Amino acid sequence: MSSKIGVYICEGCDIGPQLNAGQLAEFVQSEYGGSCPVVKTAPVLCSQEGKNLIQADVDAETVDGVAVCACSPRVKWDVFQFGEKAVVERVNLREQCAWTYVRPEADQTAEGEVPETLRMMAQDYIRMGIIKLQKHTVPQPEIPEVTKTILVVGGGNTGMTAALGGAKLGYDVVLVEKQDQLGGFGAKMYKQVPYSHPYTQAMPTGIDKKINDVSASDKIRVFTGSTLSKLEGAPGQYTAVVATGNGDERIPVGSVVLATGWKPFDPEARVVEAEPPKEEAKEGEEIATIETPEIQKGENVLAPLGHGKFTNVITNVDMELMAKKGELLRPSDGRPVQSVAFIQCAGQRSKEEGHLDYCSSVCCVVSLKQAGYLREKNPDGKAFIFYKDMIVPGVQELYYKAAQDDPGIFLTKGDVVEVKEDSDGGIIVRAENTLLGEPMEVKVDVLVLATGMVPTTLAEPVMNFAYRQGPAFPDLSLFSGFADSNYICFPYETRRTGVYSAGCVHQPMLMGAAEDDAAGAVLKAIQCLESINRGMSVHPRSGDVSFPKFNMVRCTQCKRCTEECPFGALDDDEKGTPQPNPTRCRRCGTCMGACPERVISFEEYNVDMIASMIKENEVPDDIDEGGPRVIVFVCENDAYPALDMAAFQGKKWSPYVRFISVRCLGSINSIWVADSMSKGIDGVLLLGCKYGDDYQCHFAKGSELCNKRMENIAETLGRLQLEPERVQQKQVAIDEYDKIPQIIDDFMNHIIDDIGANPYKGF
Amino acid sequence: MEHSGILVVGGGFSGITAALEAAEVGHEVFIVEKGSYLGGRVSQLNQYFPKLCPPSCGLEINFQRIKNNPKVKFFTMAEVVSVTGTPGNYTAKVKLSPRYVNTNCTGCDKCSQVCPVETDSEFELGLAKRKAIYRPHLASFPLRYVIDPVVCLGKSCSKCVEACSYDAVELDDREKEITLNVGSVIWATGWKPYDPKKLEILGAGTIKNAITNMQMERLASPSGPTSGQITRPSDGKAPERIAFVQCAGSRDESHLPYCSYICCMASLKQVTYLRAQYPDAEIVIYYIDIRTPGRYDKFLQRIREDEKVLMVKGKVAQVTEDGATGDVLVMAEDIIQGLKKEERFNMVVLATGMEPSVAGTTLPAGMQQDDDGFCISQENGVFSAGCAKMPLDVMRSAQTATGAALKAIQTVVGR
Repeated sequence: MSSKIGVYICEGCDIGPQLNAGQLAEFVQSEYGGSCPVVKTAPVLCSQEGKNLIQADVDAETVDGVAVCACSPRVKWDVFQFGEKAVVERVNLREQCAWTYVRPEADQTAEGEVPETLRMMAQDYIRMGIIKLQKHTVPQPEIPEVTKTILVVGGGNTGMTAALGGAKLGYDVVLVEKQDQLGGFGAKMYKQVPYSHPYTQAMPTGIDKKINDVSASDKIRVFTGSTLSKLEGAPGQYTAVVATGNGDERIPVGSVVLATGWKPFDPEARVVEAEPPKEEAKEGEEIATIETPEIQKGENVLAPLGHGKFTNVITNVDMELMAKKGELLRPSDGRPVQSVAFIQCAGQRSKEEGHLDYCSSVCCVVSLKQAGYLREKNPDGKAFIFYKDMIVPGVQELYYKAAQDDPGIFLTKGDVVEVKEDSDGGIIVRAENTLLGEPMEVKVDVLVLATGMVPTTLAEPVMNFAYRQGPAFPDLSLFSGFADSNYICFPYETRRTGVYSAGCVHQPMLMGAAEDDAAGAVLKAIQCLESINRGMSVHPRSGDVSFPKFNMVRCTQCKRCTEECPFGALDDDEKGTPQPNPTRCRRCGTCMGACPERVISFEEYNVDMIASMIKENEVPDDIDEGGPRVIVFVCENDAYPALDMAAFQGKKWSPYVRFISVRCLGSINSIWVADSMSKGIDGVLLLGCKYGDDYQCHFAKGSELCNKRMENIAETLGRLQLEPERVQQKQVAIDEYDKIPQIIDDFMNHIIDDIGANPYKGF
Repeated sequence: MEHSGILVVGGGFSGITAALEAAEVGHEVFIVEKGSYLGGRVSQLNQYFPKLCPPSCGLEINFQRIKNNPKVKFFTMAEVVSVTGTPGNYTAKVKLSPRYVNTNCTGCDKCSQVCPVETDSEFELGLAKRKAIYRPHLASFPLRYVIDPVVCLGKSCSKCVEACSYDAVELDDREKEITLNVGSVIWATGWKPYDPKKLEILGAGTIKNAITNMQMERLASPSGPTSGQITRPSDGKAPERIAFVQCAGSRDESHLPYCSYICCMASLKQVTYLRAQYPDAEIVIYYIDIRTPGRYDKFLQRIREDEKVLMVKGKVAQVTEDGATGDVLVMAEDIIQGLKKEERFNMVVLATGMEPSVAGTTLPAGMQQDDDGFCISQENGVFSAGCAKMPLDVMRSAQTATGAALKAIQTVVGR
């Protein structure tokens, strides 16, 4: 809480001449007097002289809060840092005033003077900056006892790689494997696709060595024949309840790598999505939790390809197991296999019922590898591969090319139209639209259907979170059940802090890629522990030491915060009182936005702070004389930078808007809208990230929840006898700077022309 | 003397990721970036597939992470000259090229406004001009101008020096060398687009309206040369028929023998750029295989629903220019139909592939390269990540970069 605020106004970059820094300084002196003991202007605040000027006041303890009235906080961030003795607030007079101001016709200020509308704008921003400093408390990190043990769920190639990776760095690892032995599917494979140059020869899986290394490690405690029946608590302080053959064992762990892998596609399975949880549970109602889909039995979708009908029609999984066993033998009569056909994309890449709607990524290259098995075990053997597209991206092309050079492997694009069984048990495959330009028919000993991978998280919670929001990861249907991230840039992000997925439960992938992925996931698990150990948040507010405080005395147990938290950070007791779990929290403030009683706050970001900033705006009584006023809440991650970039490009917009930066639109409390309205502000615009399936909100649900709350806001406005259109939310991506001026001006015109002045003005 | 710091060579998406993931565990990292800004190749992209979200969104978060983390130090205009030593104890010499603009720069643009020299913008891939003193790009981080010494008129001009109120321009700035002592090294030097001039049958980069996929990104970008309007470079006309030529250089023994991983999805994504602006445009994609692994396939299924997008399986034999109209003629086979024919398009996009940035150079610290120039992780102190390792998309680059960070930390811890 700064009590001695220094206000430093820069005169560079058009600010001085356009805004008259001296005049602004006089304004601060006359309005604040003693609470702002230092008010200075500098020709170039970011110069060494400018920085020294501020640093001297901080060092002399003349000031404990610094309002840098200059450029955007996104630039010169490294200059305006003055150590722990002073909190810094950046008042953006450059990008948001000097560079983007355009004088309205109504402003009749005499030539040579700072236009009245610009002066008011700069003063509003300075006032908002000062009150923000006054309301700011430096958060102190809370460092809990941290269990630096990593739980790895799944003991296949990925899980073992992750476990060894963590152990090598000195972390204790608990490895839980469902089967009676380690190795997963990798242990059942004959060979793997190469993951190193020259990428032309299948290579050993290396799984036995990994099993030995894991077994030999004194840092890794292995539970086979065991599952994770519950994960209680929060990152850094979890208790994993492991169901072993000898009952449950409760083990303290800190973070988790989920590596439970995949299951072979089941052609009879039908995925029935669960009902989405209820939006809002009323008092006394059952708690809404996330459900996983259910699997029901249906007809075999691979029956047209002979699966389940003809003995010699097998899947790529069957083929792998057979190769591992030794000889390739025809299932019907045990005769060595002379010829094999592969049909790619069996049961996948299709929206048809019972099919997988994605590509399993590995099947093309796996068929090439398995064709190689035949060629290796039987030099006279012939393999035929019917594909739609050979999906062998990147370096896999080199493996494909090597297979193409093998005269015993015949590859063609084609649509398989018929699969028949011959009297001798042979399988006849007929295809059209082939590269030969005519329909083609081959008879083979064995037909292999290249079926896909289904994530183990498809219909089971797997993690079994003992969280109020339910035992599973939310919204995995976006990724066809894979425990994947919705962020291209941040593939380890999940909606459950401290749990990072890798390998084929993450995305379908080959063993080599899974090892890279496992290394990445275990690093994230370690990073989470080390961040907690410093009292810091993990991504995206990495390093943030604040944590929302709950004033439980005023809590009415409405459950909004517990339901809305995108990360499931809040549990509750029988009465519905929220039980915070600080280490699950990502500090987005969605709970703060949700709370109707305003009991949730951060020390340096809270309802009172923003409400006070709103109140610092000078609102003219007459819209025709002084113009209307609109508060624009902007997402600090995307919309705010977009405003900066619009300013760099010389864009201009209405001088009647005032921007207030927020952590996420999800943190916007509806009281701020009500406060704006009672202050006489004519409209409120919310600029935040895209929501929906391809959401861009860095807190997953913030902008979407904000939008849902617009209904409540409309109600609030209704109670005040105000038009609901006075508040609007617009989705703006960071690169839509070109659209921002139009969005602002359209909204402003709508307020001026269609709705008119806020009747509460002057109250 | 053992060192716990990590050197990350390359400040693009993968390098930044590797550096931040290590720094957030608690390790000191140094990013050495050759260019004038961080963000690398993805900074030029309009959107990422399959989400169609802007790359600057994730970069912005990463830049915030860099700003807030004192463990991350970065150098732009910097190149590693040599790395000597052994795992746990490397000495890297880094050459810092002169930027001619110091940290006083406020990004006010006054210098650029008075600069009399214009030259082709590398960032805009020749589709626009820039001044000799310029901001690398709209969202560049750090926001600091740079002088191109090749075209700058120097002290005889000095207009920028006079225009700058902040003493930020230093025309006599000189090359410097610094030494970094680190415990491990991550190569994340990324990729460069395959040079279309080498593709003679596809017009060797001389056909005005046959652009590369990277140029298409710039045309579609709101900060690009046309403010996001996709028009023909020759005459600014709206295209009505557009073709994509896949595997332009990739999967070709005489060019790049491997598949460049991203070009199929990039073209499908660019179809959405075109469709958003031209609801009636006809689009033909000439391909060998459409490669859409994993969930990308859902994106392909969506594009296939577009009746005005035709996908033709067949190699393009020749691309030529119709001088009179500026149209582009594409001679291609349709393998399934068994035809070979010539089609006329207003504009053609060559889906050029990725070549490792360091192809053809010898790397220090015993970093081995395969026949194609990709860096082979040594697994003993020197690691590769992202497209320096193999052709990858952004998501897989992040995975390999995070994995490389773990291995780098393993090298420097507990020695």
